[in-house]
Amino acid sequence: MSGGGAGAAFFALLRRDLLVMWRRRADALNPVLFALMVATLFPLAMGPEAEKLSRIAGGAAWVVVLLASLLSLDLLFRPDAEDGTLEQLIASRQPLALMAAAKILAHWLGTGLPLLLVGPLIAKLLGLDDRAIPTLAAALALGTPLLSALGASCAALTVGMRRSGILLALLVLPLVVPVLIFGAGAVEAALTGGTARPALLFLGAGLMLAVPLAPLTCAAALRLNAA
Amino acid sequence: MVENSDAPPLLEARGLSFARNDEPIFGPVDLAVRAGEALVVEGDNGAGKTTLVRILAGLVEPTAGTLLWQGAPLDRDMRDAKGMALLGHHLGLKPELTPRENLAFRAALDGVRRGMTTEMALRSVGLEGYEDSAVRTLSAGQRKRTALAALLLSGASLWLLDEPYANLDRPGHVLVDRMLETHCQRGGSAILTSHGLSMPALARVGRLQLRVTPP
Repeated sequence: MSGGGAGAAFFALLRRDLLVMWRRRADALNPVLFALMVATLFPLAMGPEAEKLSRIAGGAAWVVVLLASLLSLDLLFRPDAEDGTLEQLIASRQPLALMAAAKILAHWLGTGLPLLLVGPLIAKLLGLDDRAIPTLAAALALGTPLLSALGASCAALTVGMRRSGILLALLVLPLVVPVLIFGAGAVEAALTGGTARPALLFLGAGLMLAVPLAPLTCAAALRLNAA
Repeated sequence: MVENSDAPPLLEARGLSFARNDEPIFGPVDLAVRAGEALVVEGDNGAGKTTLVRILAGLVEPTAGTLLWQGAPLDRDMRDAKGMALLGHHLGLKPELTPRENLAFRAALDGVRRGMTTEMALRSVGLEGYEDSAVRTLSAGQRKRTALAALLLSGASLWLLDEPYANLDRPGHVLVDRMLETHCQRGGSAILTSHGLSMPALARVGRLQLRVTPP
């Protein structure tokens, strides 16, 4: 018997999830397309005064990214629970938290990273001042993995429910409100000439906490669900 | 075959029972499988066969009783219980991926039997030519065969099979029997559930009868 090490299993699961995403790339693009659509509609709805929009652009960009990242959340664990992959993961007795970490990372690579990459474009569409774009990018770089980690914990809790869309959103929203506040706060500070550092540090601290804790909560919730 | 009765059974359960919301599902049952043995869990629908297999696989905590793996208490997170492979009602295959890709993932998860390859496993279950078609495009029987190939590929010594004959045609039944026979001859063992219609044609089969507990 060879193979079956925890590290090998982590990378195999990550690779498999990315491959599944690639095979379903039309679905995988949904969050980014949604974000771009909303960002295109804002200027149309707000009328010709560009300044009115650019005043709220930082916050609006964050709301767009946050809602877009919720779109794919329900697909994080549900297909695995339905097709029996989850049973195999538990029965293989690989460390389940590590497996959950691989899934969260795959979710971020498939949803968070593309949103991070189109972040500057969304900011431009909303008329955000160029000075604030590097800050927005930094805040998104810290905030999108945090959104994936928080969202994953809730997705793992609701994976046993047949129709969990709204419940999942209700669970996630209070958790991600701080991400929104600090993320938008950083951009606001950059715009008004203040310092974005404290807000970015808060996002970083949240991420440092979420990286080890979210896989553990996911593993516990998934075990509960399997039983 | 001479049995070494001094060696502890591969898997042993003592006084295992399960209740859902204080409603007894089965038990208490005692069971033991040694190397080279197969055990058939029989019972009508609702007798708790699937639940028993899920407990043995570590998916569900039993309400009472102990599980021993090679004589040592089986902890849920115990790493050397990796000698088990599970075939459940849900096959654990990704419809978007090919049998080859699905097996590669399972190999990383469960390990690979020495001298076995993905190609050999897929050939033994009669899926040559389908290695690179998405599982989504395969029939229910072919999917089941893909999951059986994953069992062949894994290095597990104990197979936990929940209704292994479901969805299989006549040659498929023969395939499962042949797989079980070879596995047991190699010193492996298996616990499988059956509602009594299909029984493995094996020389050394133990039987465990579960009865439906009226609510």
